[in-house]
Amino acid sequence: MPVTLVKERFPSKVGEVVLGATAEQGGTRTSTIVVGGDNLLPFLHFEGKVTNRPVIAMEVTDIVPPWNDAIKAQFGDVLDNPAAWAQKCVNEFGADLIYLKLIGADPEGFNRSPEDCARVVKEVLAAVGVPLVVVGCENAEKDNEVLAAVAEAGAGENLLVGLAEQDNYKSITAAAMVHKHNVIARSPLDINICKQLNILINEMGLPLNRIVIDPMIGGLGFGIEYAYSIMERARLGALANDKMLSMPMICTVGYEANRSKEANASVEEFPGWGDLAERGVLWETLTATALLQVGASILLMRNPEAVKLVQRNIADLVDAAVGA
Amino acid sequence: MGLTGLEIYKQLPKKNCGECGTPTCLAFAMALAAGKGALDSCPYVSDAARDALASASAPPIKSIKFGNGSTLGDETVLFRHDKTFYHPTTVLIQVSDTLKDADLATKVKQINDLEFDRVGLHYGVDGIAVVEESGDPARFAQAVKVVADNTEKSLLLLSDNVAALQAAAPAVAAKKPLLGNATEGNYEAVVALAKELALPVILKADGLDALNDLVEKAQALGYKEFVLDPGSRKPVQTLANLTQLRRQAIKKKFRPFGYPVVAFTSKNEPMDEIAEASIYVTKYASAIVLKADKKGLLLPLLTLRTNIYTDPQKPIQVEPTLHSVGDINENSLVYVTTNFSLTYYSVEGEVEASKIPSYILPIDTDGTSVLTAYAAGKFEPEKIADALLNCGVADKVNHKNVIIPGYVAVISGKLQEKTGWKVIVGPRESSGIVSFVRSLTNG
Repeated sequence: MPVTLVKERFPSKVGEVVLGATAEQGGTRTSTIVVGGDNLLPFLHFEGKVTNRPVIAMEVTDIVPPWNDAIKAQFGDVLDNPAAWAQKCVNEFGADLIYLKLIGADPEGFNRSPEDCARVVKEVLAAVGVPLVVVGCENAEKDNEVLAAVAEAGAGENLLVGLAEQDNYKSITAAAMVHKHNVIARSPLDINICKQLNILINEMGLPLNRIVIDPMIGGLGFGIEYAYSIMERARLGALANDKMLSMPMICTVGYEANRSKEANASVEEFPGWGDLAERGVLWETLTATALLQVGASILLMRNPEAVKLVQRNIADLVDAAVGA
Repeated sequence: MGLTGLEIYKQLPKKNCGECGTPTCLAFAMALAAGKGALDSCPYVSDAARDALASASAPPIKSIKFGNGSTLGDETVLFRHDKTFYHPTTVLIQVSDTLKDADLATKVKQINDLEFDRVGLHYGVDGIAVVEESGDPARFAQAVKVVADNTEKSLLLLSDNVAALQAAAPAVAAKKPLLGNATEGNYEAVVALAKELALPVILKADGLDALNDLVEKAQALGYKEFVLDPGSRKPVQTLANLTQLRRQAIKKKFRPFGYPVVAFTSKNEPMDEIAEASIYVTKYASAIVLKADKKGLLLPLLTLRTNIYTDPQKPIQVEPTLHSVGDINENSLVYVTTNFSLTYYSVEGEVEASKIPSYILPIDTDGTSVLTAYAAGKFEPEKIADALLNCGVADKVNHKNVIIPGYVAVISGKLQEKTGWKVIVGPRESSGIVSFVRSLTNG
């Protein structure tokens, strides 16, 4: 007997956010990216249309990053050259976006000036045609200066800039409004703060379709289940027409997954854990694939081998051609 | 649709005898309404009441037990934030009966070794699926015997050929393997074999409509120990099927689909296979059969399983008592952290890596991390002082130095005052412990 499928009819959908701007739109990108837009739970084609596929933003830093050798080796000699590095991510590894992290601005580190940071952003913009995500060094005061300079330097490019947080969202939101960019709103694994922050940013005058949520994930083995459930609740909230939870979500997968010992320790150190070559790549991969199942729209990723695996996982899920 | 607890309570004998394992009839009724527990555990329920309650009292997804402690199904929600998921996906590694006996034994021993210790937990692969590819029932029976002789893990015997299952299953029936597959073509004989040996069996059909038909026919044979396989081997379709089966069982209480579900991977490249399997771990597979059999592949997948099946209602905690790392002595260092297990085990891992025997005192912060605990007033100097003075560490070391997390540097003065111990501010993140200790002991 035919089974009647249980289909959810949701009153609303995840909001769409457009990243990047082509020449006609006042920027210099060769392509733009649209994220969000789905009115269904992730990849359930029987329920509706998968509108925009999830995308991968590969991480590029303005100074040589303190990553493990297994990852660094895959990039060859470009790690001290953000523009060449970004090109490699796009041309060789198929990155949909570049996530440029200005860690060199850190006052406790290289303490680079806002002007220097803006110059790096321009170099990367000149080197690649994909849209750009730009975040600071996670020092609130410094980031406010840096991101103001970045927003100005990237005027017209429709960047995604961050991170706006509950106690530091005003100057970055203002900068994004003046120069017409989008903002990452980061909340610490807390759905109420997430909503509150979106309200605050929106009240300043930034439209909801210019906000992307960063729910601050935990990596595999280190609290991913908290992020998993908060994201699942946010997705259900968006579909139930909660406008303040309806933005697409970005997940800092490469950063969180690679902080763990499991992604870095050699098999000699932990014989019981198996080869790092597989374990390290999969630690990042599964952090991504699990969060795709609860509605991640943009994945920040680091390890090119993991990027390849996740690209294929996304292709498998987005491809609606239904077999048996 | 299900009845409420009170509606069920009206039908119960109201003796409050406790023989069902729940202290009162009302509490038992509430448990039944929540889809937990079975009416059969009440010895006094009348037949009339039994009929009336049968559909409401059965859990939406039947619990199927097999092998060495493997439990499938018995889930009650679609989303883990609604309550929790109860029975972690059973992970089985497949071996072919075309391998020679010696190779088979070697491979089984490798699979036995797929067990891991991390963050204070021990977890591993649950079982082995012996797949009949030889076309020879006698060979299949021999292969199953070799596998059974070499492992304590749960077994799945997999063949569409009735003769192969008939040849192999009786000899290992005491190990309570899961059998498969009963299909449209062979279900009468395969279900009869399963029933005779009292073993659970996989019903496999191509798509949900065919599966529904097969379940109805198999149930009519008077047996209900089933696991479902909706046939698809494409990830996107398998995800759809797994989701539908779970929704049908939970939201509609559609009985033919009220059984656990097994998923099979399709990818041949091992890392792609693990990525594919992660979809089924998050979305509703009760069991997964995999080809991958290396530690570096399985640790990430089994970690994801552990995470997803963690009860979201209870933060995972360690005992808030004095712990020691390495061969401790009177000069050992003393660290203070919280009893949130991820925090504690991150610290423990780094202290271990520092190769300096040390004591760690996790403070009872209701399983919250350092910053969260501090913000909530659960990591106050008074509380830490009490724990430090009462844990007995003062008698074990000949110094009075305690290391606290860098994030709570602000409490050091007060803590020093309350305890008379010298407070040393450690790094903010546990990852800084090794270099911190190095500078501490050199300087």
